[in-house]
Amino acid sequence: MADVLVLIDHADDVVVKPSLELLTLARRIGTPVAVVVGAPSTSIVEELGAYGANAIISADDERLASSVTAGVVGLLASAASSRDVAAVLLPSTAEGKEVAGRLAVRLDAGVLTDAVDVTSSEGEVVVEQSIFGGSTVVHAKATRGVPVITVRPNSVSPEESAASPSIEQVTVSDDAGRHASVTSRSAVSAGGRPGLTEASVVVAGGRGVGAADKFALIEELADVLSGAVGASRAATDAGWYPHAAQVGQTGVTVAPQLYIACGISGAIQHRAGMQTAKTIVAINKDAEAPIFELADLGVVGDLHTVVPQLIAEIRARKA
Amino acid sequence: MKIVVCVKQVPDTWSEKRLDPADQTLDRAAADGVIDELDTYAVEEALRLKESHEGSSVVVLAMGPAAAAETLRKALSMGADEAVHVVDDALHGSDALATSLVLARAIEHVGYDLVVLGSESTDARMGVMAAMLAERLGVPQATLANRVDVADSALRVTRLTSAAQEEIEADLPAVVSVLEKINEPRYPSFKGIMAAKSKPTTTLSLADLGIEPSTVGLSAAATTVLDSTARPPRGERTIIKDDGDAGARIADFLASRKLV
Repeated sequence: MADVLVLIDHADDVVVKPSLELLTLARRIGTPVAVVVGAPSTSIVEELGAYGANAIISADDERLASSVTAGVVGLLASAASSRDVAAVLLPSTAEGKEVAGRLAVRLDAGVLTDAVDVTSSEGEVVVEQSIFGGSTVVHAKATRGVPVITVRPNSVSPEESAASPSIEQVTVSDDAGRHASVTSRSAVSAGGRPGLTEASVVVAGGRGVGAADKFALIEELADVLSGAVGASRAATDAGWYPHAAQVGQTGVTVAPQLYIACGISGAIQHRAGMQTAKTIVAINKDAEAPIFELADLGVVGDLHTVVPQLIAEIRARKA
Repeated sequence: MKIVVCVKQVPDTWSEKRLDPADQTLDRAAADGVIDELDTYAVEEALRLKESHEGSSVVVLAMGPAAAAETLRKALSMGADEAVHVVDDALHGSDALATSLVLARAIEHVGYDLVVLGSESTDARMGVMAAMLAERLGVPQATLANRVDVADSALRVTRLTSAAQEEIEADLPAVVSVLEKINEPRYPSFKGIMAAKSKPTTTLSLADLGIEPSTVGLSAAATTVLDSTARPPRGERTIIKDDGDAGARIADFLASRKLV
């Protein structure tokens, strides 16, 4: 079977969950090969092996790590040209999609973003995408070059499959033209919560939350569920919650196992960012709110009384 | 400093909610053809850079059918100096690779020190175009910017990715993409709207850019859609009214789905 290159992200000496999901998908369509920027530590190597990486290609090059997008594109392009590669898989984050776009130009290959599933059919890699804010499901494939595919976090559950990866250190020649370079980097603090795009549970608040300080309630519910906090555009525009948490067409797209919408009416702007969540619970005072069209469970009521009760119930059941 | 801003005409993101002020019915005409909201931040940022750097000019560039001229006029009415419109029947159905080829050639044709884009389009939402243009132009990519400063020919950008905030530096020429909330786009003034009518607009064809029509359009796309279906409706919905126990009932529901 041909190799499938998987771009690996790691933080604090742990491989991030979306990367483990990509390795799991890669096994379906070929032999997973992990591509890592920086020298992988022993624990990173063990983790990649546990999730089926057959080989690890890494470049320990400070210049590469500090280059905006171009460096990692060079690493992936050199790996793709020196092997028989069936596909390249990357996370569907803003920065992952940028890498995919540049790589597709460099390889003159088809790029498919925001895949929610990747399968192999008659020797071809086929992706499933959810477009127009999740209202339409599309199957698509690349017709030229090595398919460059970005996959949404939470599209699959990571599954272990032990392998003993070979480790290949490579150097990448600087053929990408001039780079922008990173002079400092600080991790975005989510207050100890999981990242919005990769969280299994997202609790989001909207206009109905009513005030910035009332978002503490949304955060408390997120915390008892070990989830991330999202917000509707109405809430971020009002300055109640940081813009980075905005879920919707002009914000972040999430596809968690559970999405709890609190005081969100469900304008199309918002629905476009969350309607592929597996289970949706909505709490809203207005029985006519469009969010209820999407909800598996909808509660017509005041979130300021329902949410505290829900938090207490979850705590009681966990105790 | 010559700044080129790429803009796209898209269906209105808020179209489902929009009423016609004349009769309060759904305004269908408004659903097609507006400047991409995310691109208005790019236009605004370019205008601010122009205003703080003497001798600068802003060119807005769009690829799209004849109707996209409206989108260019909107950007001109905000204050851009001139517009360039790439129109060609052969472009219909172009994928991101072909679009980036056409835009890159047009940008080179126009000449530039800085290219500014929105972070993604609100219709296709691929978020690849700025990176593709940097690759094709062979210039630094300073994208996902929450802040842009230019001093002499040095560019400093605060970049927000999903995981980190980064300070990045590059030399001009370069490609920048800006995030929503980097600024508050201005509304065109009456004066701006009137002035837009007399600003120069150049129309370019593929031949003008030296691009072979067979390398763009639907038939040259490097990806193909095999099938599309409307998303099946979600499973059974349960809507309850809170009678004082809704919190407990949500907890029961979550437990039944093994979510708590």
